[in-house]
Amino acid sequence: MKAYLIRRFWQSLLVLLGVSVVVFFILHLTGDPAALLLPPDATAEDIEKLRAALGFNDPLPVQYLRFLRGAVQGNFGESLRHGEPAMSLVLERLPATFELAGAGLFIALSLAIPAGIVSAVRRNKPIDYISTVVALLGQAMPTFWLGIMLILVFSVRLGWFPSSGRGDIEHLVLPAITLGLFTTARITRLTRSGMLEVLGQDYIRTARAKGVSEPPVVWKHALRNASIPIVTIVGIELGTLLGGSVITETIFAWPGVGRLSVQAIFNRDYPVVQAAVFLLASTFVIVNFMVDVMYTYLDPRIRFR
Amino acid sequence: MASPTTTTTAAGTLVLAPPRPFAEREWVRVMARLVRRRTALFGLVVVAAVVVAAVFASVVSPFDPLAQDIGQRLKEPGWQDAQGRIHPLGTDHLGRDILSRIIHGSRIALSVGLAAVMISGVLGMAVGLVSGYFGGRVDDFFMRLADIQLAFPFILLAIAVIGVLGPSLRNIIIVIGVSSWVVYARVVRGEVLSIREREFVQAAVALGSRDWRILARHVLPNAFTPWLVVATLDMARVIVIESALSFLGLGVQPPTPTWGGMLADGRVYLSTAWWLATFPGLAILVTVLGINLLGDGLRDTLDPRLKV
Repeated sequence: MKAYLIRRFWQSLLVLLGVSVVVFFILHLTGDPAALLLPPDATAEDIEKLRAALGFNDPLPVQYLRFLRGAVQGNFGESLRHGEPAMSLVLERLPATFELAGAGLFIALSLAIPAGIVSAVRRNKPIDYISTVVALLGQAMPTFWLGIMLILVFSVRLGWFPSSGRGDIEHLVLPAITLGLFTTARITRLTRSGMLEVLGQDYIRTARAKGVSEPPVVWKHALRNASIPIVTIVGIELGTLLGGSVITETIFAWPGVGRLSVQAIFNRDYPVVQAAVFLLASTFVIVNFMVDVMYTYLDPRIRFR
Repeated sequence: MASPTTTTTAAGTLVLAPPRPFAEREWVRVMARLVRRRTALFGLVVVAAVVVAAVFASVVSPFDPLAQDIGQRLKEPGWQDAQGRIHPLGTDHLGRDILSRIIHGSRIALSVGLAAVMISGVLGMAVGLVSGYFGGRVDDFFMRLADIQLAFPFILLAIAVIGVLGPSLRNIIIVIGVSSWVVYARVVRGEVLSIREREFVQAAVALGSRDWRILARHVLPNAFTPWLVVATLDMARVIVIESALSFLGLGVQPPTPTWGGMLADGRVYLSTAWWLATFPGLAILVTVLGINLLGDGLRDTLDPRLKV
């Protein structure tokens, strides 16, 4: 098990290194980072000055190593618009994004797991059909449209919830539903199929045969084994949630990293873009490493792979 | 495959079979099994309708999608103009017919979907074949590359890159296509790992076939089915991403109608004209639902064990 975790640790580190290469190259895609960082009406002289000042004339590997040294220390340069270090701007917004992603995940798990279980236990009954249809619709519904429709109904028409900003729990409701719905749909379908698979296995039949009543069979015997793929998907869905926050935060004017990076892209504020992309990608890698650690406890068979 | 396609005489000479009757062709059989599933049939009908709308957009649309008429801006669904022509879904903030714009918007959605899926599908198939067949270092390399790709919140990476390169149909297709190969690679690789051990591949190896020939003639055809299922389901995802990019203003630029762009326009008039934002979103929802159901149906028909 130790060997497995150590291997996973080095792999994660390698992935982070790869992430840094991609983030570095975002700025070099057009071949002229200096022109990219300046307003379109900058003179050739200005571009040349900035190029010299930021070391864009050095060979690419030298520039990358310099970028990496900064990235490790959390230094992505200064925001061109706000004049503050890009990283601290992003870090300031990170709690808001985590709050939203956490609320989305909470909604997803608290709806999806019961729905998936009930669906599997009452297979081909009306409640299964309803939950399956809702899950299918949820997976097909674009986040931004759902957000706008929720605003239309619950803010514009009914006036129940505010349509933008961050503050008390009321502000959180609509964005969290918007962000969480796709994940809810995915986890519902996964829980249902996982439970169906487990409920058909011999040890469940054994438990029933020796007279264990139905609730403990479902909630203890079956769910425990069906929960393993759910733990994995939670790690992966975190990527969906962090990515989805870009859209959701834009719609609801939620002051998080996603909205910050969209604004930064339109303002050509690339140090902020780089810091945001790097931070969110690193979060994903770290969380998935932790999921793997948890996994080895849930399913000891993993250790021998 | 029940009926004989080739027959051998007692002497061992090969008699060429007559061409297979229509009803026995492989794709016809698959289709026949597919349409028996109600949800898959529904998906197929929706997809067919969207394809027809996209191909014959100018014939099907009641109005010119770009024709502005400020005198008739923000008219509600069912509005009848002075000439007695009806706008079934109303008009937008520039007086353009919403139904016609939705029909034309399907062109961008489908062309981005098809083109991006082709790029990522071919890339992913190649990586999956090589990775699964050769294993070892090559496999390690590509799988780490896949981890790196997956670490990025997709939409954030896409808008960052398109923000740098500038929004255009070509850039959107390339960015989505190049960064969506991982699902294909993983599924194909998994399939190749088991195909590689099968007797017909071992036989080909024993007969001295070259690796690329084995891959192309024996492995690829057998890995095609799961690939097709992934490609169908991925198409739905690409359409949502394309409309998300258009919604953020990083998609195909106006005046070309895109579903995401129409939604972004409609957002401004949400409190006065709900139909602007509602109908383009419904178009995305129905299209994506149709493709998903078709994909689920294909998977259940062709390869029920496949987990995608």
